Parts: sequence; structure tokens; C-alpha cells
Amino acid sequence: MAGTRGVKGELLIDASVCEGGGSRVVLSGRWILATIADDSVGLAARLGGLAAAPGTVWDCTAISALDSAGAMLLWQAWARRLPADLVAQPEQLRIFERIAEADRRERPPIPPRRAFAWLAKLGASGIGFGRQLIDFVALSGQLLLDGLHVLRHPGDLPGREISANLYKSGVRAMPVTALVGFLIGIVISYLSSLQLRQFGADVYIVDLLGMSVIRELGPVMVAVLVAGRSGSAMTAQLGVMRVTEEIDALATMGVSRSLRLLFPKVAALGVAMPLLVLWATAAALIGGMAAAQIELDVSYRLFIDQLPKAVPVANLGIGLVKGVVFGVFVALIACHFGLRVRPNTESLSANTTASVVTAITVVILLDALIAIVSRDIGIP
Amino acid sequence: MAPAVSIRGLSTRFGDVWVHRDIDLDIARGEVVSLAGGSGSGKTTLLRQIIGLLLPTAGEIRLFGQPLFGGGVDRERALRRRFGVLFQQGALFSALSVHDNIAFPLRELRKLDEAAIRDLVLLKLDQVELLPAHADLMPAELSGGMIKRVALARALALEPELLLLDEPTAGLDPERSDAFVRLIRQLGSELALTVVLVTHDIDTLAALSSRVAILAEQRIVGYGPLAEVMAIDHPFVQGFFHSSRSARALRDAGLR
Repeated sequence: MAGTRGVKGELLIDASVCEGGGSRVVLSGRWILATIADDSVGLAARLGGLAAAPGTVWDCTAISALDSAGAMLLWQAWARRLPADLVAQPEQLRIFERIAEADRRERPPIPPRRAFAWLAKLGASGIGFGRQLIDFVALSGQLLLDGLHVLRHPGDLPGREISANLYKSGVRAMPVTALVGFLIGIVISYLSSLQLRQFGADVYIVDLLGMSVIRELGPVMVAVLVAGRSGSAMTAQLGVMRVTEEIDALATMGVSRSLRLLFPKVAALGVAMPLLVLWATAAALIGGMAAAQIELDVSYRLFIDQLPKAVPVANLGIGLVKGVVFGVFVALIACHFGLRVRPNTESLSANTTASVVTAITVVILLDALIAIVSRDIGIP
Repeated sequence: MAPAVSIRGLSTRFGDVWVHRDIDLDIARGEVVSLAGGSGSGKTTLLRQIIGLLLPTAGEIRLFGQPLFGGGVDRERALRRRFGVLFQQGALFSALSVHDNIAFPLRELRKLDEAAIRDLVLLKLDQVELLPAHADLMPAELSGGMIKRVALARALALEPELLLLDEPTAGLDPERSDAFVRLIRQLGSELALTVVLVTHDIDTLAALSSRVAILAEQRIVGYGPLAEVMAIDHPFVQGFFHSSRSARALRDAGLR
């Protein structure tokens, strides 16, 4: 009696050639997921080899434990049907019968890979972008209408909400914007002073710093900070309110969600942002002034005297206008993505991320646009 | 008098899937009507359409004989104040305390002073069997049953004629669920409310409804008193009412 003997964990395959010429495979041990998982590929190959020989007798009676994973391994080796010569206990047969039954169920066809799937995906994302743009325009229009409504009915002005938002996204942002502004002022002043000293043009530090901070860096820096700070908070708040049906509850009470939830956010940020720009710009100038004093020996007095001459006041106007525009857009984008949140955690995080990234990108785009439009204004 | 809710030729489609096809339904005033049906049969969708949160693909819904939309913001708002909604998860404003949640719709009227609002809020709390001490809690501090009660108090704040409940007993243990059903029944008769509720819980349905509408296969396959609806020969109706689970609930309601 010749045989091959495979041992793997606690499970045994015993194959022997019978007198009649066919072979007899005796399975024993524990055929359960825990024991087959170690070497299921090797087991499947060995079983498949044994099953390939015709007229094999399979004896499962010695198996002490068989679960559906073990049964499925055998079932696959048997080419998805019971072998003609199978000796098994009734409860084992029941397991195989269960698998056969599941096999008979019609399975949904696996969709064939389409050759131009990437093209369809590209088109779908293009359409999706277009829809978002339309939604965004509709949202802006709705808020414009709300603004007009408030002008006609001043009693409907959501004052409490606006003041709460002013505090949350304006007042609470003051420390961080001041700190970042101060540090950026120091960095720019210090780096520029290294260059300016080579040409002996020390006093031009005022022009350089004043122009860049007041016109460009102040508004953009604050917008980026506020987009990350308040924009994400607004998106998440609206998103959670959608998930908990709070927005629906408002609607059923006859309260306009745009007037009560969105308008205050946009209005508050439109007011708070230019003020923050002013505040952060001042901090940056103070930081730059301190660095210029230490590094270039440009006195505070000289700096302050020179500033209005070097930087026409129109630049401050441009900075503040940028503040208003950026504030309105950051809030609009935050609201847009907040209303797109679907009731699941993935959607919340995706929309919050999209809100911040989009807001920062749009701010920089708008900055470029304003830079082109205002290229003749405020240049000394 | 026009029915509280009147639905004509309503059809709803999401993408390629038809949820409702040509539904007609009238709910008379004073009735307690349960919308029942299997998962995905469009019960909640229909409820959301009745309260104007979703627009049907076709058809019209009228409340108290008036269309939901059109005729200016003021008319729409006035109509919305004639019904209250209890959402499945309560939908309490999580940033506001229990008191402020119930006071919210009252403050929206801008006609009442704070003292009057306070009195009304405490009365509503008492109606839903909560204590004045609960008024200062935040929604996050409430248990599931209390959230539903507060949400019910808020839905009742504007003295609505029509109350809509989305799965009022979902997520409550059997004891709290029974108590909540008792409360709704008691308030319903006390305040002469028309109640429309969506439920798949046979206990709630048997204990509350004066009429039942069964949604299946995109239409209403049966609408009438419970005993009548139960006799309808439809696979869903048979499965729903004649399972072993439902026997106790129906016996309790005196139907078996």
C-alpha cells in the first residue's frame, strides 16, 4: 500500500492506491478556517491534483470538524460538484448541500471592463464639476436674494447669528492671525535686509515690506488661515446639521435655511475678514519694523515716517477689498460643501477637505485676478 | 372641510428607480394614519414629500386644501406652522438647550415675550411628561427616549393641527416605546390632532392607528381600518400582519 501523506497543522490528507486500481483519499483532522488558512494555496493544489485522477474515492468520515471554509476548499478542488464516490457523514453532506444551493443562485455578472472607462470617468467628473458650479452659482444667487430681502425687511436680519459668527470666526481668530502676521513680517524684513544691505539701500526696506504686506501678503495670509480655521468649521457644522436632520427640522418650521444658517456666515466673514486683514497687516508691519531696527538700524521713527510715502494709501484699500472678497468666497465655499455632505463619515471628511482646499485655491485665483485688474492702482 | 392631507397622482423617481407610481391618498382630519411598508418601500420618502422636504417627480400634495409651495414666503410659512414633525433621530438643535429647542419655533413668531415663552415651554415639557429641571439640559445629555419627548414637545410648540412622526418608536426599548406610544395617543386625543406616522413596528401601528395605509410595489395596496387592511390578500400584507411576531401586538389591540 503506497501513499502520500501530507501533514499540515492538525489536518491530514491520506491518499492510497486501492486494489482495484483507483485511489482512495482519506481526509481526517480539523478542516476549519483556522487550520487551512496557513497553507490554503498548497492544500488546494494538492487536493486539485488528487481530484484530477478519475475514479478517486473520497472518504471524509474521519474529519473531526468541518466548517464552510474547509468545505469550500474541497468543493473547489472537486470542480464545484460532489464527487461520484464520496463517503461522508450526513452533517458534512448538509454543509456541501448548502454550498451547492448557494452555487445554484444566480450571481450578478461581473461587469466587463470597458475599454474607455477612463474616458467615461473623465466625462463624469467634468459633468460633476459643472453641476457643482451651477449649485454654487445658485447658492450665491440665493444669498444675494436673502441680502436684498434683509435690506427691505431689516427686522428679518439674523442679528444673533451674525454676531455669533463674527465672534467665532473674527474675534477668536485674532491671536493666531496676529502671531502669524508678526512672524511673517520678521522673516520678510530679515531676508530682505540681507539683500538690501549689499546695495546700501537699507531704507527701501520700508517700501518692500509695506508694499508686499499691505497689498498682497496680509489679505492672502489671513484668507488662508481663516479658510483652514473657520471654513472647515462651517463646512463640518453644516454637514453634521444635515446628518442629524437639523436643517430639515428648520425647514419644516418655515425657517429659511439660507437666511438663518448661510447668510450670517457669509455676512460675518465678509465683515470680519477685512478687519482681520487690517489687524494682521499691522502685526506684520510691527514685526518687520522690529527686525529692520535690529538688522539694518532703521529706526521706528524713520520707518513710520517713510511708510505713507512709500506705500500710497490706495494699497490699503486694495487690501481691504481683497479681505471682503476673500471672506465672502471662503464662507460661500464652506457653505456649498457643507450642504453637499451625505449622511456618512466619509462624506463629511471629504467635503471638509474639499472645502478648505477649494477655498485656498479660489483665494489665490481671485488674488491673481485682482492683481491684474488693479495693476495701475496704488503704485507710487 | 378639506382633508388634512390630500395626495393626487404622486409619482417619485430616484435615478432609474420608481419609488411611487400614481399614488392617491386622502387623510381626513382627526385620523391617526400609519404608513406601513417594507424597507425601501418609500414610506419616509412620502412623509418627506408631505412636509415639503422633497419634491415628487409628478403629482400634487395639498395640506388643508392648500398647495405646499407657491404664493409667497409668508403663505408657505403660515402653512408650515400648521403642522409639526418628529424626526426619527429627534433632530434637536444640538447647540441649544432643551428649553431653547422648544422655544425656538415660538421665538420665530416674534410675537411673544420671554416670560410667555418660558411658561409655554414648561407647559409643553409637562405635556410630554418631562420635568422643569430637564429644561436646562443639552440634547447630548438626554437619553434616547427623552430626545424623542423633547422633539415631540418642539413639534407641538406651535399648536399644530397635523403631527407627522417618522418612526416614532425606532431605537427605543419596548418599555419606553410603549410609554411613548401611550403619550402620543393621549396627546392626539387631548389636542384633537391629525397624526400621520411612518412605522414598520407592528406594536406601534396596532396601538395607535385608526387607519393604515400599506405601501408596496410603488403604490398603496391597502388603505383603511386595521381589521380591513389585514384581510387584504397581498403577499406583503399577509407576511406583515400574520407573522408570529405580530400576533401579540394585534391581540393587545383587541383584533384577535
